[in-house]
Amino acid sequence: MTNARGASTRFLASFGPALGLAATWALFAAFAGSDFLAWSNQRLMLEQTSVVGIAAVGATLIIVAGGIDLSVGATIALGTVVGAIFLRALWPPWAAALGGIGTGLAVGAVVGALVIGEGARIVSLALGVVIGAAVAARANLGWGVGAGAASTLVLGSLARRFAPRIPLSPFIVTLGAWGGLRGLAKGLGDNQPVYPPSSHALEGLMQPAASGPGAFVAPSVWILCLVALAMAWVMRYTRFGRNVFAIGSNEETARLCGVRVERTKFWLYVIAIGCAGIASVLQLAYLSMGDPTTAEGYELRVIAACVIGGASLAGGQGSVLGTLIGALIMTVVDNGCTKLGLDNWVQQIATGAIIVAAVALDRWRAREQT
Amino acid sequence: MTPLSTDAAALRLAMVGVGKRFGATAALDGVDFALRVGEVHALVGENGAGKSTLMKVLSGALALDAGSIQLDGEPYAPRSPAEARAAGVAMIYQELSLAPHLSVAENVLLGAQPTRRGIVSWAALRARARALLNVVGRPSLDLDAPVATLAAADRQLVEIARALARDARVIVFDEPTSSLGNEDVARLFALIRDLARRGVSIVYISHALEEVFAIAERFTVLRDGSSVASGRTSETDASRLVAAMVGRSVGELYPRSPARPGEVVATVRALAGERLPREATLEIRRGEVLGLAGLVGAGRSEFLRALFGLERVRSGELRILALDGPRTPTERWAQGVGFVSEDRKSEGLALGLSVADNLVLAGLDRCSSHGVIAPARVERDARAWIERLGIRCLSPRQPVGRLSGGNQQKVALARLLHADADVLLLDEPTRGVDVGSKAEIYRLIDELARSGERPRAVVVVSSYLPELFGTCDRIAVMTRGRLGPARDVGELDEHAVMLEATGAGR
Repeated sequence: MTNARGASTRFLASFGPALGLAATWALFAAFAGSDFLAWSNQRLMLEQTSVVGIAAVGATLIIVAGGIDLSVGATIALGTVVGAIFLRALWPPWAAALGGIGTGLAVGAVVGALVIGEGARIVSLALGVVIGAAVAARANLGWGVGAGAASTLVLGSLARRFAPRIPLSPFIVTLGAWGGLRGLAKGLGDNQPVYPPSSHALEGLMQPAASGPGAFVAPSVWILCLVALAMAWVMRYTRFGRNVFAIGSNEETARLCGVRVERTKFWLYVIAIGCAGIASVLQLAYLSMGDPTTAEGYELRVIAACVIGGASLAGGQGSVLGTLIGALIMTVVDNGCTKLGLDNWVQQIATGAIIVAAVALDRWRAREQT
Repeated sequence: MTPLSTDAAALRLAMVGVGKRFGATAALDGVDFALRVGEVHALVGENGAGKSTLMKVLSGALALDAGSIQLDGEPYAPRSPAEARAAGVAMIYQELSLAPHLSVAENVLLGAQPTRRGIVSWAALRARARALLNVVGRPSLDLDAPVATLAAADRQLVEIARALARDARVIVFDEPTSSLGNEDVARLFALIRDLARRGVSIVYISHALEEVFAIAERFTVLRDGSSVASGRTSETDASRLVAAMVGRSVGELYPRSPARPGEVVATVRALAGERLPREATLEIRRGEVLGLAGLVGAGRSEFLRALFGLERVRSGELRILALDGPRTPTERWAQGVGFVSEDRKSEGLALGLSVADNLVLAGLDRCSSHGVIAPARVERDARAWIERLGIRCLSPRQPVGRLSGGNQQKVALARLLHADADVLLLDEPTRGVDVGSKAEIYRLIDELARSGERPRAVVVVSSYLPELFGTCDRIAVMTRGRLGPARDVGELDEHAVMLEATGAGR
């Protein structure tokens, strides 16, 4: 009885955002004309989407699990600063890239640990690092590493034994990280941008090659596609991914059914904010410097991309494809408005209206379904 | 009544002397419970008798302080609900615990997805889910439909299938029929019998004793945290069971003073809502209790909600007291119309707020002057009504969510009385309420309409026919959105009402 109808609404659920993208694109194509329609502009839009897109693909995981990440922009800024410092130290580009990604993973681990209430272990790890560094400064590196590891282990087991587990809401944790990480980035950069030596291999990430197969689009777009494909696969085909949906839909039920809720949450933050780390490498390539103030407001663009793409902030719903389309819609609006010569304030109003309209449409559709 | 059974033949679950204390109070004090392989065993008792605590111990949500539990001869002491599940003990709760966004197939195998090195095999998952849905007798259910879109009965089947996915040896049903219509109840009972034949042991918890006699072979009665009686259902009857539950005989369960029908307080003509009801015509009078019977989903609740302004009215006439036409709930309260929701937990009460706050919520103007609330008056009014209705709570400041279902319901009713409502619209006023509290609620309804100093109008929606016949003066039947004429209970019997409700009588 409900099968045919259910199938058609499910069809709409996956194609609604795509129709929205097509409509937005067609609208600007009609008014902005050839300037907007040129292939070089399509390519530019894809490239413009890559940074927010990759971070948003990661954030989809968090939002589906019923969480939220307000610290994406700050994580990206911190990643650019760390990567730029590595480059300034004349480390190879891949080391700088790993620095950016590692920053994301580390932030994800801290956020994840705080969300599941294992903050005490993070504190013991931090104390261990401080003790290790202090010992290393007075004796040598070997002693420092040993002392750091030993004190982390001791403090960690003490924390496990005595410290209470205090789970915190991701909103609060990432609100703290939002300010804290920018502060950390400014501190690392001595309150100003970090300039690496002029030309380095990372710059090629955000530009298509002059000729050959790489001339089609910049590598950043391919990286976005890879990350999105991988994430879509993880969310659909791994036990971890399905458990993320279950947690977002009904956490207590997931726990009852034997899902390791805490462990899953920890790793989903590591993976998701790790994506923000990847985005920070692209941002570094784009800016050619580490900037503690960059990516301001990206956290909201990332959340908006997920929501436009059909994710529910209450958890349990969302898709990587939808998020990608959501990110593209915002790029098309920005780019199209620019091409039409509209001011920035018009873009902002248009983007805001689209977010609200997308969610309203989604709710309306959900109501039709029942 | 036979003494506690110590027959050890094919025991699935053996609880001996189980005790659990919370501070100074003993929630469980020496419970013996013997569940055999492949039997349906009813666990009955008033709310607060310790049933839910016992089930929390069984499901691993609470650890016991005294006594022991053996499952198939092995010591059984789960530390979490997940461990209990893994050991084969599953609960089917009143509030179903499913992941609403996930598909039927995924819910059935939640936490037990067939995987190879962490990668889900969708083909195997669907095949296994399909097989389990066959077992629960619902092979045609759409595997890909999100569970949120299913009817209550189907959701329950999904949950049962999920229990079977973990090879459940013991399945506990907690008030499983509370949101089901009669046909679904029959289907559920057939399934429960089938499961028992397959060797699954069933614990069946219900306030409806007819159900207990219909489905269970044996029973155990809990009272004040102890098991007080146990035996075969075929060797006892409802009145003896009730006597064991309350420890005293419940005098007249349905007190009935003579009706004194007065002025008409509400007139409804051809009322139609957005979807339901489709057509309802009715007069509500002071001094009598009017019952609305019908199947679940027939539109009784929607009708009551439309009267109160919670559902849109599309067409028809509606006049309550001096006001014509549909009005908002705010206006209804102001003119002396009160409403008790069937959904106490999500709509009827603010569970996190105190008893006092809930009680005065609709009549705040009585405890305030110029919009400023006087806490002393709130406290005084709350205490007065707590005493008047015999609400058992530690203090007016206790969160209402901590009270038993019966006492929560009394708070919901007290709210109407505190707001001085003249027309009382009660949707399933005794749902999830223990026998003792039920009797008190019936007495209150009788007093409000028929024997109190001021005759009020009371409308009761109930799916439980004995209750309607016991409390009401007139009954009208809603059939697929159409309301039949209200008739005196003397002219009706349960059979006739059922015929009309199922559409066979028209």
